[in-house]
Amino acid sequence: MSGPAVSLRAVAKTYWRGGQPVPVLTDISFDIQHGDFLALMGPSGSGKSTLLNLIAGIDQPTGGEIRVDDVDIARLSESELADWRARHVGFIFQFYNLMPVLTALENVELPLMLTSLNRRQRREHAQLALEMVGLAERVGHYPNELSGGQQQRVAIARAIVTDPTLIVADEPTGDLDRKSAGEILDLLDRLNGDLGKTIVMVTHDQRAAERAHAIRHLEKGELSALEVAVSRPVTSEREGGG
Amino acid sequence: MVFFLLKMAFKNAVRHRLRAMLTLSGIVVAILAFGLLRTVVGAWYAGADAASDKRLITRSSISLVFSLPIAYGERIRQVPGVSSVSWANWFGGVYIEEKNFFPQFAVDPVTYLPLYPEFVLDEASQKAFIRDRRGAMVGRKLAQRFGWKVGDVVTLRGTIFPGSWSFVVRGIYKGRNQSTDENQFLFHWDYLNEKIRTVAPRYADRTGVFVVGIQDGSAAAEISQQVDALFKNSLAETLTETEKAFQLGFVAMTEVIVQAIEIVSFVVILIIMAVMANTMAMSARERTAEYATLKALGFQPMSVGSLIFAESMVLGLAGGAMGIVLTYPAVRAIGGALDNIFPIFNVADKTVWMQLGASLVIGLSAACVPSIRAMRVRIVDGLRAIA
Repeated sequence: MSGPAVSLRAVAKTYWRGGQPVPVLTDISFDIQHGDFLALMGPSGSGKSTLLNLIAGIDQPTGGEIRVDDVDIARLSESELADWRARHVGFIFQFYNLMPVLTALENVELPLMLTSLNRRQRREHAQLALEMVGLAERVGHYPNELSGGQQQRVAIARAIVTDPTLIVADEPTGDLDRKSAGEILDLLDRLNGDLGKTIVMVTHDQRAAERAHAIRHLEKGELSALEVAVSRPVTSEREGGG
Repeated sequence: MVFFLLKMAFKNAVRHRLRAMLTLSGIVVAILAFGLLRTVVGAWYAGADAASDKRLITRSSISLVFSLPIAYGERIRQVPGVSSVSWANWFGGVYIEEKNFFPQFAVDPVTYLPLYPEFVLDEASQKAFIRDRRGAMVGRKLAQRFGWKVGDVVTLRGTIFPGSWSFVVRGIYKGRNQSTDENQFLFHWDYLNEKIRTVAPRYADRTGVFVVGIQDGSAAAEISQQVDALFKNSLAETLTETEKAFQLGFVAMTEVIVQAIEIVSFVVILIIMAVMANTMAMSARERTAEYATLKALGFQPMSVGSLIFAESMVLGLAGGAMGIVLTYPAVRAIGGALDNIFPIFNVADKTVWMQLGASLVIGLSAACVPSIRAMRVRIVDGLRAIA
């Protein structure tokens, strides 16, 4: 773990709409160190979700280099990227994105289907992950039998069950009430603080962002020069490219 | 992982219960209708399918309406390769009323019965039938239909051969297999000929067809030619063909109807394929975000596509299985009602295989487009579908 967890160099993303290029991200360069908790903020359309998607390997940049644990993911094929995501990235979505036909335990077990673990081992891992998020008693419940906060905790259990290098969270508290949002942020805090998980979170919520070690603002596809240090010290996040 | 995906596919298939039930009902009805229509087509060809390759039929080359001299029988028997000769004459009588139709043939029992081993009759009944010139041998289904028992007197009103004709049931035969016609009414040609001789002597000693038994089925064409050559340039030239070709000649008269039924049977499947494809497209579209999530978690596009295929196959095969199971009682019920039109109305093995094949095709075809779409959908676009 000598290098940064994530390294972006001159990353650009341009969409084409009606034959016209629409630049979303231009010349983005920075590093995220192992164990960091970074919040990406910015107005709608600023490109923060696009940046998160690029870091998570579910979208491809039109220029630049993205290295995660020294792997240039921009050069991986779709199939290689899928394998890479399964091993290195845990996803937390705004609307939880759980499979409604699967129980909490089965939802958490889902990413483990792509590993070599046997059924018993998968069950044990999933059970443990649910215990960590405080849902040990809800293993047999379907998503529609759980509150929003509980569903998001199941999603967090699913994100951590494979012990990924990186956890990406897209507006993880965006669909929750204040109390549930607080619980989810506490949980992310613990994942970062106790387990040393590297977390990149997109949020509109200033209170949520303040839980991170650092906040990066995006404005019209460009990173603002300002890096806001919050209540806790920034451990290792720093400007890239030199 | 395969088991897990199958479990998920099954749960997805029954996720919207009403939709699943309606789709399933549609498939059941379509497969059932397909099976029934194929059974009707099969019934049309049943006579030809049941024909023996060791039997030839010799008839007038002009038309079946014209009879042949009974004396031809002896000459046909002389043809090399012919093992036996018998004859049969269509009677066309009416039992009580016109709607009680069933085939009636005046035959020579002694030579006719050995040529038709598929008509199974115990020896005592056979002897009783042969002994009694007014005796009749009837099929099991026919006897059941009219409640006839051995010893009953059955009176037919002649249409081709006018008058009232009384027969005594001397035997009730069973079919050796499912394809044997158990609706025939056989009686003595001698009895018919005797009466004709008294009322219209110039029509006596004639028969509609000769049934020619041959030793080797592969020599049928050659023997047919030799038989017909015997009577070339005579007043009653003959046309000899295999029993199958003879039966198919009747089917050919109504071939357009058969073809129409065949087309309808496939149209039914095409319609349900379209309905099922729509259902699967709707389901897959609603779950775009779920498929994108699976891909984000690291599932390969092929796994996501397989999930949709499995779901479609669950519906297709479940509906198909139910349709196949229901075909049997439906065919029994319809077959009972159409006994006089289709004496052989059974679900053929081929029909079941075709139903199974149709179920597979329904499932596979319905999944094609949504699977490809789900496999191709960009994760970021798919995830956006949720918001």
